[in-house]
Amino acid sequence: MSATVPDTAPASPDEETHERRFPTAPLFLSAPAALLFAALVLIPLFLTALLSFNQFDYATGRTSGFTLEHYLSVLTDEYYLEIFLRTFRISALATAICVVIGVPEAYILSRMSNPWRSIFLLVILAPLLVSVVVRAFGWSMLLGPEGPVNAALMAFGIGRMRLLYTEGTVIVALVHVMLPFMVIPVWTSLQKLDPAVEQAALSFGASRGTAIVRVVAPQILPGILSGSLIVFGLSASAFAIPGLLGGRRLKMVATVVYDQYLSDLNWPMGAAVAALLLIANLIVMLTYHRLVEGHYRRRLG
Amino acid sequence: MTRNGPVALIFHTAVVIFMLAPLAIVCLVAFTPENTLSLPTNGFSLRWFDAVFHHPDFVQSFWNSLWLAVLSATLAVVLAVPASLAITRWEFPGRGFLNALFLSPLIIPHLVLGVAMLRLFAIVGATGSFGWLVAAHIVIVTPYVMRLLIAAISGFDRSVEQAAFSLGASEATVFRRVTLPMILPGVTGGWLIAFINSFDELTMSIFITSPSTVTLPVRMYMYATESIDPMMAAVSALIIGITAVAVLLLDRVYGLDRILVGQH
Repeated sequence: MSATVPDTAPASPDEETHERRFPTAPLFLSAPAALLFAALVLIPLFLTALLSFNQFDYATGRTSGFTLEHYLSVLTDEYYLEIFLRTFRISALATAICVVIGVPEAYILSRMSNPWRSIFLLVILAPLLVSVVVRAFGWSMLLGPEGPVNAALMAFGIGRMRLLYTEGTVIVALVHVMLPFMVIPVWTSLQKLDPAVEQAALSFGASRGTAIVRVVAPQILPGILSGSLIVFGLSASAFAIPGLLGGRRLKMVATVVYDQYLSDLNWPMGAAVAALLLIANLIVMLTYHRLVEGHYRRRLG
Repeated sequence: MTRNGPVALIFHTAVVIFMLAPLAIVCLVAFTPENTLSLPTNGFSLRWFDAVFHHPDFVQSFWNSLWLAVLSATLAVVLAVPASLAITRWEFPGRGFLNALFLSPLIIPHLVLGVAMLRLFAIVGATGSFGWLVAAHIVIVTPYVMRLLIAAISGFDRSVEQAAFSLGASEATVFRRVTLPMILPGVTGGWLIAFINSFDELTMSIFITSPSTVTLPVRMYMYATESIDPMMAAVSALIIGITAVAVLLLDRVYGLDRILVGQH
């Protein structure tokens, strides 16, 4: 007990007068977390950025010197270009499908009444908390040669299809993992929407379709946009889904970084690919924040 | 009492089946008596659960993951409570930077964090250390804790604390008897969401675990890339069970929709 009190004591709030002096208390309070994050986020990222400019000697495995060859080969080598293009294509398709499924689903959920609304919201969102390895494994069983999907195809006389290790399977599983990230922002913007506005459109003689297109859609567009950016960013850096469902040939950016680090042991090359992935991701995520913040500012102002 | 038409309800049913199918098939196949991944058509069997409990690698990884999740969630809360107080209650130079730094693991892909930490651990000779693995997990779960704590502290009525001070309570007493109880739902909710995220984490951990510190998701990933038998389904069913318990707890103490919907 006595050991914990001194730790927690500075956490108590200062009185108003203390807050106007030079603030040392907040620096002490945030110092432990700040030191940890400096040591385990800032320094490692800096070291990895340096590493990506090192030369790699295949014979000895040593890294030294300065070179731009890793970045040049990522940007010119057809092997890497194909992987970046494939990652972009798969992520874009997964995002588009998430919009097509997630937006209507969020709208349907918002029109339900409790308790069904809470129950189905839980059903759609809770898989988010189950390990992605488990979900990937579930899809590999569903789509496997002996799985129920192939059994249904046989029953309909279409015949067995090779579904595993195809782009289609990777996209389906990514949609499953990412759908909650699309439903959440759309659901949030639907909550802010006054149902009376849609009612008004209907009572003035607008058809259901017109009301949705002219009244509902413009108001949830920011939610759809931010959901799309999140889904795209997470899909582009997804590792477990392509790793387990893409097999050895269907590489995406994340699985290539893994190979470079743990099979080829060419860390500088892997670091360069990871650095490009991080930069692309930061651009997407910062756009997201800009969008969301701009949206709120407009609503408040 | 629903306002959705039949087409909407058919669409909704299809989405629900899509979301639950992979989890449902895992739970069913886990009970198969056969040697192959197949639906249990000839009765149910617990043999694959038995096999998991007698598989030393899975048992060891389970304990690794459990300890890792308990330690990193607890330490993340210990670090996040004072840091959230500092960020919410004071205006100080570097506040915006610190806030961005503490939330940065949410926008840096775990893959990038994994290779970055691998580099650091190789340099300081910490590869395979459980302590450093815990530290790495604290970094990735702290943002989830801080988001709930910052929300809890911002919606906090300071006059209760001021009343306690004016009645002569010390700072330590006020924190222990007033502040902490009032932010407790944020603390327990944050701990649970941190526990779940650490327990599930694969992409960063796969770079920084060694044979003796392999976590359960990493073990499962390795196992699934090499061999496929119903044992994998049994482990997955156990994980779904553990997650379900944590989700129900989370729903009780904080409200799941509040955490998930408030999260993004």
